[in-house]
Amino acid sequence: MSTTSKVADTNGGTAARSGKPSKVGAAANWADERLGLAGLAKKNLRKVFPDHWSFMLGEIALWSFVVLLVTGVFLTFWFNPSMTEIEYQGSYAPLRGSYISEAFNSSLHISFDVRGGLLLRQMHHWAAHLFIGSMLIHMMRVFLTGAYRKPREINWVIGVLLLTLGTLEGFTGYSLPDDLLSGTGVRAADGFVKSIPVIGTYGSFLLFGDEFPGHSIIPRLYIIHVLLIPGLILGLIAAHMLLLVYHKHTQWPGPGRTEQNVVGFPMLPVYAAKAGGFFFIVFGATALMGGLMTINPIWMYGPYDPTKVTAGSQPDWYMGWPDGLLRIIPGWTEVSFWGVTLALPVFLTVILMPTLIITFLILYPFIDNWISGDKREHHLLQRPRDTPARTGLMAALVTFYVLALFAGGNDIIAIRLDLSINQITYFLRAAIFLGPILAFWITKRWCISLQRHAKEQALHGYETGIIERSPDGAYSERHLPLPDAKQALIVGRERDQLLELEPAVDKNGVERPHNRKERLRLALNRFWFADNLQPPTAAEIEAAHHHHDGHDGHELEAGAHDDDRDALVKGH
Amino acid sequence: MSDQSNLPASGDGAGHSRVPEPLEDQDVAPGLPAHVWRPTDVDPKAEKRAERQVAALFIFSMVCAVLFVVAYFSFEIGREIDTFLGFGASNLFLGLTLGLGMLAIGVGVIQWARKLMSDVEIAELRHPAASSEEDRETTLKALTAGLDESGIGRRPLIRNTLLGALAFAGVPLVVALRDLGPRNMSASRLEKTFWMEGMYIVRDVLGTRINRADLEIGDLLNGEPEGLVPNSEGHLPAPIGPNGQELRPALDHEQLLIEKVKSAVIVLRMSPGDIVRNPDRENWDVDGIVCYSKICTHVGCPIALNEQQTHHLLCPCHQSTFDLADSGKVVFGPAGHSLPQMHLAADDEGYLYAMGDFDEPVGPSYWERG
Repeated sequence: MSTTSKVADTNGGTAARSGKPSKVGAAANWADERLGLAGLAKKNLRKVFPDHWSFMLGEIALWSFVVLLVTGVFLTFWFNPSMTEIEYQGSYAPLRGSYISEAFNSSLHISFDVRGGLLLRQMHHWAAHLFIGSMLIHMMRVFLTGAYRKPREINWVIGVLLLTLGTLEGFTGYSLPDDLLSGTGVRAADGFVKSIPVIGTYGSFLLFGDEFPGHSIIPRLYIIHVLLIPGLILGLIAAHMLLLVYHKHTQWPGPGRTEQNVVGFPMLPVYAAKAGGFFFIVFGATALMGGLMTINPIWMYGPYDPTKVTAGSQPDWYMGWPDGLLRIIPGWTEVSFWGVTLALPVFLTVILMPTLIITFLILYPFIDNWISGDKREHHLLQRPRDTPARTGLMAALVTFYVLALFAGGNDIIAIRLDLSINQITYFLRAAIFLGPILAFWITKRWCISLQRHAKEQALHGYETGIIERSPDGAYSERHLPLPDAKQALIVGRERDQLLELEPAVDKNGVERPHNRKERLRLALNRFWFADNLQPPTAAEIEAAHHHHDGHDGHELEAGAHDDDRDALVKGH
Repeated sequence: MSDQSNLPASGDGAGHSRVPEPLEDQDVAPGLPAHVWRPTDVDPKAEKRAERQVAALFIFSMVCAVLFVVAYFSFEIGREIDTFLGFGASNLFLGLTLGLGMLAIGVGVIQWARKLMSDVEIAELRHPAASSEEDRETTLKALTAGLDESGIGRRPLIRNTLLGALAFAGVPLVVALRDLGPRNMSASRLEKTFWMEGMYIVRDVLGTRINRADLEIGDLLNGEPEGLVPNSEGHLPAPIGPNGQELRPALDHEQLLIEKVKSAVIVLRMSPGDIVRNPDRENWDVDGIVCYSKICTHVGCPIALNEQQTHHLLCPCHQSTFDLADSGKVVFGPAGHSLPQMHLAADDEGYLYAMGDFDEPVGPSYWERG
């Protein structure tokens, strides 16, 4: 029986007959005679995409960017990025008569006097949260499963750049309405720029066109927000997608899935339908959020006034972690010498740390590769437990991120939980260093325990919960082999290979200088891989089976129990 | 897959380490599992039902689109806004109809894919990312031929001058960015504010002068220099000194925000005994009335939260805390230096005025601050 013969009639159960050309065929023919696309299309129309829920995270990012483009274009029709002050005469009564900037005025106009304007504004802002959040989680997925390894390092780098640009795009975007909250953010940004040694003051003058706030920052942020960064993001997304298609998607190990193949659904029709349909789901979800959940109610904050501020001023969450570091660093780190000032409390936390972390993320695939010494291509994903040190590293990074984010909301935490803001700050000053170390260590050991458990199951089967008594009265629990897919996940992974130091003397008897870099590499390699458990070899599995054949209990027995086994396998 | 790049490297050109060959006895993954038919593949009823579900979702989407248009034209926004359950009716129904309409398309298409399209997984072979050896050689030959014919290797003079020209070509583009900033980008501009000797402090909204008698112990006022608060006609007045002289001409409205940011002050009265007497600032207060810059020395937020009992002033942005009884010293948080204090005086009638500009720059730290 052919595999497609049972597909529903509506989908066409028989092969298309030649002879009578269809309309689709005629259109394709017309296009190909002018564009010659058939050569390209034949390879890609039925391109295989493997399926897993975690592969959807990047899709959320992609589609929320499309939502951002669509809603953003609408907003540009009404928004006026000018800092000229005018008297507000719109619908929002509490502000009528006050002098506000054109930017704030047009934002209020969109919110109150354009039908659907508030919806578009809120959708745009929610989609921005979704865009950055899904990129972040997508990146964690790629990191934790080793999908950044050769040949995908460049795509990882593009991804990190996209996340960085997305964050900047978010900041420039929420600064545009020129409300009190965003203006406070821009004011802080002026302080950030001024903290840069040597060039900071010039940077501030160049950015603002004058002393803060000047008259240029909103129009400049606007053109950066609607042209410069979106252009870069679009180009990088295109490159990201092209490389994805060229490399073909990674897949999880499983029955029939190897490093040499890719198993999944063809692009046309299944993947195209699922991915295309998913766009509408993201769009729809964003629209529901925009309709039901208020976000950034600028009319409640009021227009920006550099002499006013509200308590509980928080940036959008993705800017929260540098802001948190900024809050907990002690002020004595600022130093003055030789007539100059090093504003380290600001520079270290909001300029240097983000730069260092982005640089580290960009370099990570290459560092990882240097430590492992692995030059092969990898298309099968790794389970997080199978790379305990790397998973521990991500746990450390997440812990750092979350603690810093908490620090960014220390005032809110203090009020809500009735705690002392000073004590929260003192606690976080220590926790920001100790927390990640602890998280690394716990996660690494946890992963190794999971590996041990998985290996146990692969060799001796899983516990069925059925207790058997042997004729001589001994009790034992029956074990059954894991389902194929699960077994393949455990035994199908690659073994870790420890680097070995070349002999100190080469074959000609000449002493080989072992330099420091090489020793560091070996030490890291040991630290990274030496504690890991290796998957059972075929011989070990064979031996385990023989072992059980000779004994009772542990695993099922042949013969009389066969029916039980079938029942259990089905039930599982 | 015989490409070298897919085999473990046996040696590392740069380092002295080597990766051992992989073990041969690793378990080989079994083949693809058997395909399991779905109810919609084998039961015509289930198939028809799925087909109807998908079509129903698409019809529902069309209905939503029509309802969106209805909602757009029927609900009032602006001054006489229609509400529904406390929500703005227009925004609520536009969001619901747009969202549900889009979701219905998405759910319908995915339902179609899951229930009715073939769900047989297929396999495709991968190829190494690298091009074939043959392609590489051909490309390398073409590249070499091209470079040879250009003569770039044989003519270092041309090559080097071209590189120089390209490097210089970037200079105009960078230099042209210079005027993003003002003509005068001297850091010394940040050292001066609008304040000068004899300038009265006025309330930041009303623009009225502050009399020492107006302030009880514990009171706090937000102030600006006279000349930065528009009068009732909306004009900026020229500041007048204690002797009736015009201190400086009225400010151009254009510059108002820039000057306001730097000049904002807070005026606070405490019991004179609470003030820690700093020898340099012996008589900077007037009967316990002190005046400080309102701009945080951390990153420039206006400081707003006063703790009356301790005379501590907390910045709501990053929680830098300053002691106003002790020369504005930092007592907590990330700020690197004290809040600048203003030398206060009062005229014969008791109105407060400045004895001069701040003696240090206000606002966030910068390199040239010293």
